[in-house]
Amino acid sequence: MARAATTADAFNAVAEPRRRQILDLLTAGERPVNDLVMLLGLAQPLVSKHLRVLREVGLVDVRDEGRQRMYRLNGQPLKPIYDWVKNYEQSWSERFDRLDAVLEELKDMEDGDGRSDE
Amino acid sequence: MGAVTSSGTAVVTLPADRQILITREFNAPRHLVFKAWTTPELIRRWWSGDRGVVTIAEVDLRVGGTWRYVMTANAGFEVAFHGEYREIIPDERIVSTEIYEGMPEAEAGHTLTLTESGGRTTLTLLVQHTSQEHRDMHINSGMEDGLQEALDLLEQIAVSLR
Repeated sequence: MARAATTADAFNAVAEPRRRQILDLLTAGERPVNDLVMLLGLAQPLVSKHLRVLREVGLVDVRDEGRQRMYRLNGQPLKPIYDWVKNYEQSWSERFDRLDAVLEELKDMEDGDGRSDE
Repeated sequence: MGAVTSSGTAVVTLPADRQILITREFNAPRHLVFKAWTTPELIRRWWSGDRGVVTIAEVDLRVGGTWRYVMTANAGFEVAFHGEYREIIPDERIVSTEIYEGMPEAEAGHTLTLTESGGRTTLTLLVQHTSQEHRDMHINSGMEDGLQEALDLLEQIAVSLR
């Protein structure tokens, strides 16, 4: 089954550990590409390739400052990932809230029974 | 240990590439949680959450027995799940399979564990997808791993933006 291209969305972009590492480094603030090369200990072309993927899904923004290319994090594209898990969590929370109500009744019934503990 | 509220929040984490772990505490002893989890009339009352009405809840609670739940969602469509029980320790643990009938080739494993402390029960449900592809289908994307990392990252970012 064909997968979406790696550049298609944030889900894929963050599936690559090195790219997550880049995002981690950028949470501290904007950095020039040379910094990232040094901190990651990877070859510049490889770092540039990862940065290009991150840029294509909008997870990083870039600007030129003199001869430096400065990269900055943009967290917005992570939201669909977050939303997916949230939705899943929400549906379980709804179930469990109802289960709470069922359990309260069961407890009352048991107390009324003169406790049939096992 | 714990939360003081009787109605806690379900916590969802992704401990490994193909797993989803759901945790929740209940203000009731575990034999009652087990009862609510396995009794059809009670399942009907909670399993659909706020999203619809459970129309069928069948439970044959023995190893090799099957279960099947059908819900009519508020939006009108029907969703059905079924599976087979693989291991049952009353009040404590149930291992079963789960198949969403709209995607029958994707079988997931469910391990329910109940632990009790001071009259309260911690429920954990570990969902194990059989293949990467199935979890991928589940989320409609070619994600390979890293969802939890993405969430951690998101949290960091949220904090850094404050």
